[in-house]
Amino acid sequence: MAKDHVNGPEDYEAMIEEVLEAYPAKAKKRRAKHLTVAQPSEEEPDPTTGIASKCDTQKSNIKSVPGVMTIRGCAYAGSKGVVWGPIKDMVHVSHGPVGCGQYSWSQRRNYYIGKTGVDSFVTMQFTTDFQEKDIVFGGDKKLAKTIDEIEELFPLNNGTTIQSECPIGLIGDDIEAVAREKNKEYDKTMVPVRCEGFRGVSQSLGHHIANDAVRDWVFEKGEGAGKDYEPGPYDVNVIGDYNIGGDAWASRILLEEMGLNVVGNWSGDATLAEIERAPKAKLNLIHCYRSMNYICRYMEEKYDIGWMEYNFFGPTQIAASLRAIAKNFDATIQENAEKVIAKYQPLVDDVIAKFKPRLEGKSVMLYVGGLRPRHVVTAYDDLGMVIAGTGYEFAHGDDYKRTGHYVKEGTLIYDDVTGYELEKFIEKVRPDLVGSGIKEKYPVQKMGIPFRQMHSWDYSGPYHGYDGFAIFARDMDLAINNPVWGMYDAPWKAEPAIAAE
Amino acid sequence: MPQSADKVLDHAPLFQQPEYKEMLENKKIKFECGHPDDMVAEIGDWTKSWEYREKNLNREALTVNPAKACQPLGAVFAAAGYEKTMSFVHGSQGCVAYYRSHLSRHFKEPASCVSSSMTEDAAVFGGLVNMVDGLANTKALYDPKMIAVSTTCMAEVIGDDLNSFIIQAKEKGSVEEDFDVPFAHTPAFVGSHVDGYDNMTKGILKNFWDKVEEPVQNETINIIPGFDGFAVANNREIKRLLDEMGVEYTFLSDVSDVYDTPSDGEFRMYDGGTSLEDVKDAVNAKATVSMQEYCTPKTLEYAASKGQETASLHYPMGVQATDEFLMKMSELSGKEIPESLRLERGRLVDAIADSQAHLHGKTYAIYGDPDFVYAMARFVMELGGEPIHCLATNGGKDWEAQMNELLASSPFGANAQVWAKKDLWHMRSLLATEPVDMLIGNSYGKYLERDTGTPLIRLMFPIFDRHHHHRFPTWGYQGALTVLVKLLDTVFEKLDDDTIVPGETDYSFDLTR
Repeated sequence: MAKDHVNGPEDYEAMIEEVLEAYPAKAKKRRAKHLTVAQPSEEEPDPTTGIASKCDTQKSNIKSVPGVMTIRGCAYAGSKGVVWGPIKDMVHVSHGPVGCGQYSWSQRRNYYIGKTGVDSFVTMQFTTDFQEKDIVFGGDKKLAKTIDEIEELFPLNNGTTIQSECPIGLIGDDIEAVAREKNKEYDKTMVPVRCEGFRGVSQSLGHHIANDAVRDWVFEKGEGAGKDYEPGPYDVNVIGDYNIGGDAWASRILLEEMGLNVVGNWSGDATLAEIERAPKAKLNLIHCYRSMNYICRYMEEKYDIGWMEYNFFGPTQIAASLRAIAKNFDATIQENAEKVIAKYQPLVDDVIAKFKPRLEGKSVMLYVGGLRPRHVVTAYDDLGMVIAGTGYEFAHGDDYKRTGHYVKEGTLIYDDVTGYELEKFIEKVRPDLVGSGIKEKYPVQKMGIPFRQMHSWDYSGPYHGYDGFAIFARDMDLAINNPVWGMYDAPWKAEPAIAAE
Repeated sequence: MPQSADKVLDHAPLFQQPEYKEMLENKKIKFECGHPDDMVAEIGDWTKSWEYREKNLNREALTVNPAKACQPLGAVFAAAGYEKTMSFVHGSQGCVAYYRSHLSRHFKEPASCVSSSMTEDAAVFGGLVNMVDGLANTKALYDPKMIAVSTTCMAEVIGDDLNSFIIQAKEKGSVEEDFDVPFAHTPAFVGSHVDGYDNMTKGILKNFWDKVEEPVQNETINIIPGFDGFAVANNREIKRLLDEMGVEYTFLSDVSDVYDTPSDGEFRMYDGGTSLEDVKDAVNAKATVSMQEYCTPKTLEYAASKGQETASLHYPMGVQATDEFLMKMSELSGKEIPESLRLERGRLVDAIADSQAHLHGKTYAIYGDPDFVYAMARFVMELGGEPIHCLATNGGKDWEAQMNELLASSPFGANAQVWAKKDLWHMRSLLATEPVDMLIGNSYGKYLERDTGTPLIRLMFPIFDRHHHHRFPTWGYQGALTVLVKLLDTVFEKLDDDTIVPGETDYSFDLTR
């Protein structure tokens, strides 16, 4: 299949215009604000990537247009699915009808070690399974009884969170009162989260609400496991790593090798103790800025803990991040960081030597969530691949601003892209690879374009850290260089080769 | 350093390397503040005891690992089976992302559906504007021939009136007056996905049939397959059988093409499905037959109100269930069952006879949708097996009574217990206290397999962790053969696993069985 690339920003701008033509006037006007091409920037190029472009000229974090097939989720997905769900020793109750918990059950691949159903509960679906009478008469009594039954049947749980589904906020239930009462009764952490799916415009508000619930219902309730903890000089928290396919483990090993103490990992493979102890750390290291910057800002204000963003995708960013992290500590840690980088350099060299020749020059379009539309860009660059377009489901302006450090001028940028737009963009750009989610996977593959799920790592991973980079490179190779893409055309239907070429 | 470019280690082997095991052990000891290992072991054992089972079965408020989904999923599935039809779910948008993901993960196919994206302001003022704008946008972008509207629980709680909203949207020109916009209220807090299927199917039929004043009965028979993870292959199999018999029929909701599109460079958002012309004509059918009773109670009642004869089956899987299906079709159509199908039946019975020694007396736990569990228990008994635990989270009292009647009809049902409205955490207690040889369900059953050591056979939606099983039929005599082989493979693989230690157990590692 011929891949006729659109070249340059002018073409992309014309393409955006063309795609927008399909919309009725009102929707066209709204959608036009979300589609742009990265512009030149006056700013200093990023020291690691050498790139400066302007990606924040369009609107973001506003309501999706009805009926257009937005790819976004909801606040519940942001709280239960992202922030709270991975905390393994707590029970997370999907409070409301059965569906939300059912569809999100075990789908984010937050790996953890524990005896499921005994002392860990991540891959289980706890729900109050609302019936009509609960809507009519209110669900607080059912919720209270639910918590009693959890305490009876799962005695080793270290707390319960109440993840509100849409009806809760609409029928006027007082889940906070239930949480307070049960907290007193059982002397365990109870966290009501007001993450009803209709709140806000995407997953993003759910992250924020979930962060606030950590503040109000964990930090403000006492020190917990932090009480008797003697902090050390090298204590850090990793924030916003959900351990998808083991990402947080492939990261932790590097931080520990350089002599840091990861006292809390938020929230992949975490226990409540790791959340409670966090205020004792020296530094917060944020991977997914979008979903957990709120609590880091709070910890800075309240406990005077600094925070910094880092990026563990691909060797260039890993090395830069390890050095940047080490700068916050003494010479020993800084030397260790260099040792870690040197230790893994042969692996990096081998991976690049093996895979770069197979991937060099291949173009990629991304459409993902929190941090990946920018964070993975340099990892592709390390393999010689080129980003043709990128976009976020639920980014804010500050995410797009940061994107300018990663993608070059002329890159296609799409915010809260619709099914229609994404299909048309892909059809016209015909990249060599698309990285997005399960809903996008099959339409793209039908078009004959290789695809990797970049939320779940397509059931592979980890992709973080040096060990993860090897898997990332291998996966991109196997996606692009699989023989199946050559079999789409039946041989008796193949068009004869054009002699003039 | 365990990782290498030559042999890239994935998560499973990578985290088994000593560096990682040590790291994780360290994390556990220093930072997790977990419970002591012996306490975890003790409680773990207790969760498998009879005492725990009693407490577990007495749960009144908490549901853990249910085997059911919510109504709109069934509505979206039903609507996907009509020609160029886009599902439009009115309410919060996250729900639609969930349905699409859920269907795609099972079918490994695109699943298209739009939302009216209601947020806080719509919660206060209602979602009329969302409906008006949404229908116009859907029509413009995705060029459907029909938009099938259902609801999330948000829209239901605030009481949005679909009928009135759609009329107003048409008045405002969102879509033409005569454009088909059937609808169904599908509250997630009532019933399950099988009820959503029923409501949407009825909604679509009403959209067309209520416009017809006097149906003129013809020889056609309407077939409604119901919510079925194996629909792609099962629908095709049913059509093959009916073609073989020469029955005139109309499939009402046929997803066999849209959830099984070819890879040839073109993304087909819509493919196949019941044509709108056929749906219109279907009011004139002499009868409507449902393949799954619990997916169609309201729909069949509605069809009967149009003067049609109606009948319902319980998932035509197994020998007798297929016999019944064919005989019912023969009775309704007046067509004889051809010799070719008698031979097909004979070949299935031949296979069962060949293998009966390996399945006789085997015990089973079965869970899933009500009609599936009924069919599966019945087929297992035909094979000389004993259903022990039959569970449907979305099964009610009627189902329980029907199941008990079925089980009482065979000596192989004597030890069976029926568990209506129970979930998979109940099932865990049942398997721990009264173990069985095999568990039949869906992918969620793998946690039960892990916790209780019961081998799992995946025959029910959703199947996420095995590929393409749904592309082979389980209905009809051919389908029964597929199911038979799955059961036998499970038995033989277990036997091999149990006898594979060289010089210890491999005296029974038999070449021929």
